[in-house]
Amino acid sequence: MVQQPDDITSDDATPDGVDRRQFIGYLLAGSTLIAAAPLGSGIFAPDRADAAIPSVPELADVFDLTDLQTLAAMPTSNLIAIQIHTDGTASFALPRAEVGQGITTSTAMIIAEELDLPLDKVHITLAPARPELVFNQLTGGSNTTNSTYTPIRVAAAIARGALLDAAAILLGDNVHNLSTQLGQVIAKSGAKVSYGDLALKAAIPKSTTKHVTLKDASSFKIIGTPQKRIDAHDIVTGKKTFAMDMSVPNALPTMVCRAPSIKGTPKSVQNAAEVKAMPGITDVAMISTGVAVRGETFGQCIDAVRALQVTWNKGTEDASSDATILAALKRAELPMVLPKLPLLTKSIDATFTFRFASNTALEPNCAIADVRKDGAEIWAGMKSPLVAQKEIASKLGMTIKQVKVNVVEGGGSFGRKLFQDAALEAAEASQAMGKPVKLMWHRTDEFRHGRTHPMSTSHVRASYLGKEVLACEQRHTSISTDFTHGLGEMLTSYAAKLPAGDYTFAQSIFMLTQTTPYNFGVTTQLLNEVDKGFNTGSMRNIYSPNVRCAQELIVDQLAAQLRPDKDPYKFRQQFLKDPRMRAVLDKAAEVGDWGRAMPTGTAQGIAVHAEYKGACAAVVEIDCRPATVNRKIPEAYTGPRVTKVVFVVDVGLPVNPLGLQAQMMGGIMDGIALALSSSLHLENGHFAEGSWDDYHYTRQWNTPPELELVVMPTTTGVPGGAGEFGVAASFAATACAYARATGTMPTEFPINHQEAFTFTPLPVSPPIPQSPTNGLQTTY
Amino acid sequence: MPTQKFTLNGKPVAVDVEDDVRLLWVLRDKLGVTGPKYGCGLNVCKSCTSHINGKAFNPCSVPVSDIKATDEVTTIEGLADTVGSTLHPMQEAWLEIDVAQCGYCQPGQIMAAVAKVKQVRAAGREITDADLDEIRNICRCGTYHRIREAIVKGAEGM
Ligand code: FES
Ligand code: FES
Repeated sequence: MVQQPDDITSDDATPDGVDRRQFIGYLLAGSTLIAAAPLGSGIFAPDRADAAIPSVPELADVFDLTDLQTLAAMPTSNLIAIQIHTDGTASFALPRAEVGQGITTSTAMIIAEELDLPLDKVHITLAPARPELVFNQLTGGSNTTNSTYTPIRVAAAIARGALLDAAAILLGDNVHNLSTQLGQVIAKSGAKVSYGDLALKAAIPKSTTKHVTLKDASSFKIIGTPQKRIDAHDIVTGKKTFAMDMSVPNALPTMVCRAPSIKGTPKSVQNAAEVKAMPGITDVAMISTGVAVRGETFGQCIDAVRALQVTWNKGTEDASSDATILAALKRAELPMVLPKLPLLTKSIDATFTFRFASNTALEPNCAIADVRKDGAEIWAGMKSPLVAQKEIASKLGMTIKQVKVNVVEGGGSFGRKLFQDAALEAAEASQAMGKPVKLMWHRTDEFRHGRTHPMSTSHVRASYLGKEVLACEQRHTSISTDFTHGLGEMLTSYAAKLPAGDYTFAQSIFMLTQTTPYNFGVTTQLLNEVDKGFNTGSMRNIYSPNVRCAQELIVDQLAAQLRPDKDPYKFRQQFLKDPRMRAVLDKAAEVGDWGRAMPTGTAQGIAVHAEYKGACAAVVEIDCRPATVNRKIPEAYTGPRVTKVVFVVDVGLPVNPLGLQAQMMGGIMDGIALALSSSLHLENGHFAEGSWDDYHYTRQWNTPPELELVVMPTTTGVPGGAGEFGVAASFAATACAYARATGTMPTEFPINHQEAFTFTPLPVSPPIPQSPTNGLQTTY
Repeated sequence: MPTQKFTLNGKPVAVDVEDDVRLLWVLRDKLGVTGPKYGCGLNVCKSCTSHINGKAFNPCSVPVSDIKATDEVTTIEGLADTVGSTLHPMQEAWLEIDVAQCGYCQPGQIMAAVAKVKQVRAAGREITDADLDEIRNICRCGTYHRIREAIVKGAEGM
């Protein structure tokens, strides 16, 4: 439990001349030692809150989404707390969602470091929705470590200080003669006492303020070292529990029969009684998004969903197809405002199309809900639990206090779990049926009714004269991205600080995240969004992968025009603004053996990206020779093969290099998929894809056999973002490699979108397919 | 309701459920064995991969009545027991390479890896890049490259 600081006395005078590593936190009253620090407090970065916001267009260079999220959190001085237990362990409830990105491991490392405790003695859980945190409980924008790093260290350091004080009394020694090591306080005399033995003695009856100095980075023993995931053992033995694996009494499997088209809603059910009488089925109830069925097993729910006869209201996009959307985007593109340029200026002008993509994780949307008359309890993997709590309460006609929202570890997110689609449905179904439910989406629902990364176009025009680039303009036009998960809420409070005031949330986020990292003279980047009829969201980043891919392809074109050697690497080296960017670029070129001789039909591509307070670069090698493109794997889309990737990343301070490499690896697999193979095809209001064999996310046969991930040493000393960071540069480098291997710059992504289907689309009615029965014929 | 009988992770089980319910749901919803994950129910994603009589199969696509009383079904929970240890060498390799991210696909990946290594060994050879390319299991977190490393490593211990 975390106590609020309203009843806190101060026993410390504010020290004179507060230095950079001095912070304020609290010792909280409790049965054992509890140390706390305000999350996102202004005290830990006094220069931040007053940071001047520069004018557009280069806003994101100095004040990006990471700052905004950190800054927006500042007014809510609410506490995160570390508790020391009598068994010598420390526990901490992280107000963020672990969905595979490794933040429980990196958080445990940060605590272990500052507390001088072995890593396996730190236990991290995920905090349930804590309304008092206001908008400070959102896991997004790869912001977790940046926003929690210092507050967690402060709390841990205060705990360590209290342990030292308690040990001094116990040992009758002076604190200055004591040190801490691996969970013990050690006196110069050699006397030792464990944290466990001090946990009760260090507990205090009344909360107090404490000043503390953090460890110097030069003495770090854990931060910056490769550490394996703390949940790895549970994962490889099948013990890790996802929402779908939880057993909540009487929460029986529940699924939803959905409309044949996007956002279609149910009008009436013809055969509810018949379906309710099917084997195993206990309930049938109409909810706002479809007809829910509850039964003994999910298999029987599938049967019931398929048997339901439902009359549907129209969806929101029934008349839409890929072609109509592309035309709408073309109409909505904002005009270029070409600056006055000298005579003889030449330009490169191209428009790129990025198709709808699915942000489905491998764990489908799932939530458990137990709704009673006087209250409700929900369990789900959620990155925005406060918004979930509010929406569920309003759907159920309850107060926020009546709805308890538990955050369960998620099986991947990629943006999907910023929304609580399944939790809302589960709550509604549980209320309608008067029973607990465990609601799961079918895979086919995930592709057809789940959130998508919206289709977009990016028009880039670069103007040059002689050896200089005079201007680079970009007009990004997209189907609307849904930001109702709380980022918008966060922005509201800072709306006054945003440029010109007249921008939409989406445009503001675009400007806070997008930059042109090169010295290209006058640069402008503008976004326009249309059509709110789709289920959308971010997908391992919001705009950057598409925006940067378009830019980097144009950069290669400029290199071909402006440099006699036409070298994309040297061109970037020459025009990049930031030394950190040049450093990762040089490293990637060196490790990737840039410029090595390669056979016709194969090539290297190089690209960079800056975001989340970091810099990264990728060198990709691709094989586009027919023998490779047409290689045969049963029921697989093969296509060009990325044969090697070298990826270099500088995140400022790599807390866990092993985990950081893992995140980059995942981002690279996404980048390859976006460039070469994965998209959704919109046909008459629904997506054609309904299975992983239709939607070609990277599989083993598309995976680069060679992969090298280089983590740069600490640069800024502040941890930047990681989860989404790897996608943009690897996507762009793959596209650039493809262009160089084939001699044609692709303008359509993924490059295979217009090819004939490799699959027969599943019917839309019934909405989900029956499971096969021939599983014993495919054993190996 | 018919009673279905088979051996699960070395122990005999009997469960009352209709014949056509796919084994995955019998394991998960009836027996509470949640290591095998649902990712599609279509024999595509392979996240439910388990073993039947030592061979990889996908219980989402097998009606429970097709499982004979003499069949031995092994899920990730029972894998280590098949080598009489607390962890199978493939699980050890997974830990050593730190493969997992969200972990959702990993039980299926490990079960597939063990079967794949056994399959190529039965053919008298060691695992190659071409064999690895044929593994169909989806990992949406993109851990594919570490999976490849871990399979090679795990094979050494098998
Ligand atoms: S759930 Fe069995 S193969 Fe996908
Ligand atoms: S580790 Fe998340 S799906 Fe593979």
